[in-house]
Amino acid sequence: MSMLFLHLSNNSMLGLMKETGHSILQQVTPTIPEGKIGCTIIPGDGIGPEMMQCMQEVVEATGAPVDFETFFLSDIQYRLSAKIDDVVASVKKNAVCIKGILSSPVSGEGGSLNYQFRQKLDLFANVVHIISIPGVPTRHKELDFIIIREQTEGEFSSMEHETVPGVVECYKIVTEEKSRRIAKFAFDYATGRGRKKVTAVHKANIMKLGDGLFLNCCKEMASLYPKIKFENMIIDNCTMQLASNPHQFDVMVMGNLYGSIVDNVSSGLVGGAGIVAGASYSANTVVFEPGARHTYSEAVGKEIANPTAHIVCAAKMLHHVNLKVHARKLFRAIDKVIGDGKKVVSTARTIYRNGGLSRLLFGDGGGLCGGPPARSILIKFHCWFAIHGAQAVFPTGLPRLCSVVCPH
Amino acid sequence: MAAVSRIQLQKCLQNIWSTNSSLKTLLCGSSVSGEYQRRWASQAKVKYPKAKYGGRSTVTLLPGGGIGPELTGYVKEIFLYAGVPVVFEEVKIDPSSDSNEDLENAITSIRRNGVGLKGNIETRSLSTSVMSRNVALRNELDLFVNVFHCYSFTGIQSRHQNVDIYVIRQNTEGEYAMAEHESVPGVVECLKIITREKAERLAHYAFNFARKNGRKKVTTVHKANIMKLSDGLFLEVSREVAKHYPEIEHNDMIIDNCCMQLVSKPSQFDVMLTTNLYGTIVSNVICGLIGGAGLLSGGNYGDHYAVFEPGTRNTGTAIAGKNVANPISMLNGAVDLLNHLELDHHARILRDAIMKTVNEDQIHTPDVGGSATSTDVVENVLKHLAQNVKPGLVF
Repeated sequence: MSMLFLHLSNNSMLGLMKETGHSILQQVTPTIPEGKIGCTIIPGDGIGPEMMQCMQEVVEATGAPVDFETFFLSDIQYRLSAKIDDVVASVKKNAVCIKGILSSPVSGEGGSLNYQFRQKLDLFANVVHIISIPGVPTRHKELDFIIIREQTEGEFSSMEHETVPGVVECYKIVTEEKSRRIAKFAFDYATGRGRKKVTAVHKANIMKLGDGLFLNCCKEMASLYPKIKFENMIIDNCTMQLASNPHQFDVMVMGNLYGSIVDNVSSGLVGGAGIVAGASYSANTVVFEPGARHTYSEAVGKEIANPTAHIVCAAKMLHHVNLKVHARKLFRAIDKVIGDGKKVVSTARTIYRNGGLSRLLFGDGGGLCGGPPARSILIKFHCWFAIHGAQAVFPTGLPRLCSVVCPH
Repeated sequence: MAAVSRIQLQKCLQNIWSTNSSLKTLLCGSSVSGEYQRRWASQAKVKYPKAKYGGRSTVTLLPGGGIGPELTGYVKEIFLYAGVPVVFEEVKIDPSSDSNEDLENAITSIRRNGVGLKGNIETRSLSTSVMSRNVALRNELDLFVNVFHCYSFTGIQSRHQNVDIYVIRQNTEGEYAMAEHESVPGVVECLKIITREKAERLAHYAFNFARKNGRKKVTTVHKANIMKLSDGLFLEVSREVAKHYPEIEHNDMIIDNCCMQLVSKPSQFDVMLTTNLYGTIVSNVICGLIGGAGLLSGGNYGDHYAVFEPGTRNTGTAIAGKNVANPISMLNGAVDLLNHLELDHHARILRDAIMKTVNEDQIHTPDVGGSATSTDVVENVLKHLAQNVKPGLVF
């Protein structure tokens, strides 16, 4: 089976090159050697482990040569948790990771595992791509904007103390170096994806020094990118604008706490935590994780959580590690399954009745669409790959979602 | 009397102004570039964070003119195929345009990304207010040194084998100071500028380079017997700097003798330290010795930025689009780029594939005596690459 996919990926690689314009490779049929990508997985708390399971099954169905290294990391079940240093070493080795959401206990002190994980890997930039997925009913249609959040300093400095009883101070740290770095990241990201506008979100009218520095760094960077429009907006106004007129945004860049809030507000706009995928970047590694940080622990074991965000994360991961063929296959599946899942199932059922698909996949063949989201989405993916897995690698052009999320 | 003479003087000046176009362009041109340099001078020293995220680096790609777009196209294809974690930001420069806007975009882009790969950029405009783009790029980014590795290929027939010379060339001053003017009609002066500061920086770079790369000897190339002050300073500085590097032998040679020695006995040279003009002459002579312009690559380095390009700066307009240009020089430039980005694995497999193609399979384009097309060469490189490509990101 894996040989088949390798073979396919070769042919598709050539197809891919032809798409780029220089089709010089008609005669060469290079073989890609066997080998697998390593990918660290941190299932996280709440519904994380279930979602990861879903995601892994779907990735396996694409035939992508990926070895998953799973580490259970948890603040609340700390006795079961892997050591943070082991996890960090694995991510450094693999350079890619898919991470669920870790719950951080409200009580206690010191940095949470989430905080340590980000600090140790220097995951300074969090990117959440807010994109409407057809088939998911929402108030605003066709949203497509990117939220970039600094996540190694600002309000989440983990430096709090009680100076005298009843008075607590919490440091918000803003440094020029990190503000420049995140601003440059935002502009580079916008340039690389052909975006037109960057909006810096801040509260510099009140925090004149802290947010003022951040805003000035953004302005300074903007001068290096004459082709990209630069605007700034105050955070409170920004959240109102997000709720009333979110189409005005293109790329947004902001500090830690504002980012966390804006991520969650915006995720709500397109269908909630189960839909939106995000990623955290350091210079050398990427950690793909759902965009809205919500563990949804009340849904554990009920199979009602939506695994779409995790599956989109996986597709982005495949794209990042140059398994573009498999990534596009998965993006196409997401397009079809989320957008028009009922049709996928009914087609599969017809094929099944005509004896084309296995009983294993279909069981009794009934009630597939009406089930709880996680199970039914997973089954729909299996149906789609059962129908198209081997043949329909490259119909024409890029899958819609892929062209928006990973345009390269 | 005074009034008359003032009017006469004014008229005279107006005459000169309207008829003597070179004076006009000198004044205008220098003020344009002066303003330009002032604007960037403050920024040249600022180091921005590198555009490297999640293991992927962004690199500015300037296809340039002539065969440039073809060759950079091959590089893109090879990188895509080998899964090199590099994203190219392509900036096209319109060669016939009089405006410097494209060039400014290119320079800003390199400032953002820190690294660039370029073909040769044409400057078709004859207006003196339009800078030579190649020179402007090096000046604006303060790419003060050009490092050009000249080595012979066993698979290419040439007069000399076992040539292995590094030419380290001053890149931002000397004869290419772009300060020319016609003082009176028929008399043109061109300033050659040597400054102690830049000469010192270059000499230190050369000796450090020799030390780091295990080289034994540095030869300073000059014409200090005639240009006693300018080349004299260059030579004096390199002698002073040499004292700080006692383990490295230092000698000097006059440019004319140097060219003769290169042609007759190139093995005596190790690292050569040259001014701007002599550097281009010396590197072209060596290129001729080992098989032509299509094989070697050069790197331009400054404190913050690096730009890689095919070694001899020929546009190759005559053979553009004919599928006969030798892609090896640009591919070698890509190897230098990968080395600079510390993508050692990819640099190694690409270098191996190039060497096998040139030396073992002897797939040569017409310029080095073969009959293969450019795409034959690239396909052969890809064939060798295929055996070493690993899926995913490899660092």
